[in-house]
Amino acid sequence: MIPPEFINALIGGLLIGLAGILLLISDGKIAGISGMIGGLLRSQTRLNGWRYAFLGGLIVGGFGMHLFGFQVFTPLATRSYGALIAAGLLVGLGTQIGSGCTSGHGICGIGRLSGRSLIATVTFVVTGAITVYVVEHILGGAL
Amino acid sequence: MRSISAFFSGILFAVGLVISGLTNPVNVIGFLDFFGEWKPALAFVMIGGIGIYALLYPLVLKRRIPLFAPAFDLPDAGKATPRLIAGAAAFGIGWGIGGVCPGPAITSLGTGASEVLVFTGSLLFGIGLFHIAFRSGDPAAGDGPSTCG
Repeated sequence: MIPPEFINALIGGLLIGLAGILLLISDGKIAGISGMIGGLLRSQTRLNGWRYAFLGGLIVGGFGMHLFGFQVFTPLATRSYGALIAAGLLVGLGTQIGSGCTSGHGICGIGRLSGRSLIATVTFVVTGAITVYVVEHILGGAL
Repeated sequence: MRSISAFFSGILFAVGLVISGLTNPVNVIGFLDFFGEWKPALAFVMIGGIGIYALLYPLVLKRRIPLFAPAFDLPDAGKATPRLIAGAAAFGIGWGIGGVCPGPAITSLGTGASEVLVFTGSLLFGIGLFHIAFRSGDPAAGDGPSTCG
């Protein structure tokens, strides 16, 4: 018996990949979220329509799922605001320095057989796993 | 037309993120907890997402141009530089602390959860800080297509 969360993950992954393909065939763009936000914060407004539209779609889609009763986000009781601020800063700076995040490198980048995206993805999964090991098993599970 | 298709792509992306479980930090922490009670489910997100993207990407690129844009805008699949690896490493540490990456953060904004708002505020600040710090002098941080992937 395959656990239902595996099936959901697979279906969700297929939808994410299809969304990336839709953006590629219609607009010719890679669906990298951190790159889109970075673009908004640095380039001229005229070129940013598709970025606002995609990120707006993310917000509307997430809010819609929330209204339909899906468990969109459940905060971790074991993470303080201070930890979340540090996390946000590291993710913000890291994705700009490293030119991508889970979507741009992990899905689209590997999906188009980019070697550097594979290396980036392996890197952030490994440092993520080390961090979780330290937080959960050395520091006692709270931060 | 371009913005309409990008909008629907964003909606579909968000629906996929929510269904996959990637927007819930407990699933991310469980997936990254290789040395504890490892929850492998999120590996299937990557299998599904990468699989369908890898399958359709070469077919899409058989077109000379996209449907609604003058050209494809694809990053150079260059070498993995020390800078790229350092950035990815820092991102992974933040991902492991909070269990949230940029897509799920934006997707979860509508829940109004204060944790998401705090994380996303800090995320935007970090991204903005980078672009202020590197606005001049570093061509890799300048405007151009090679920002993701």
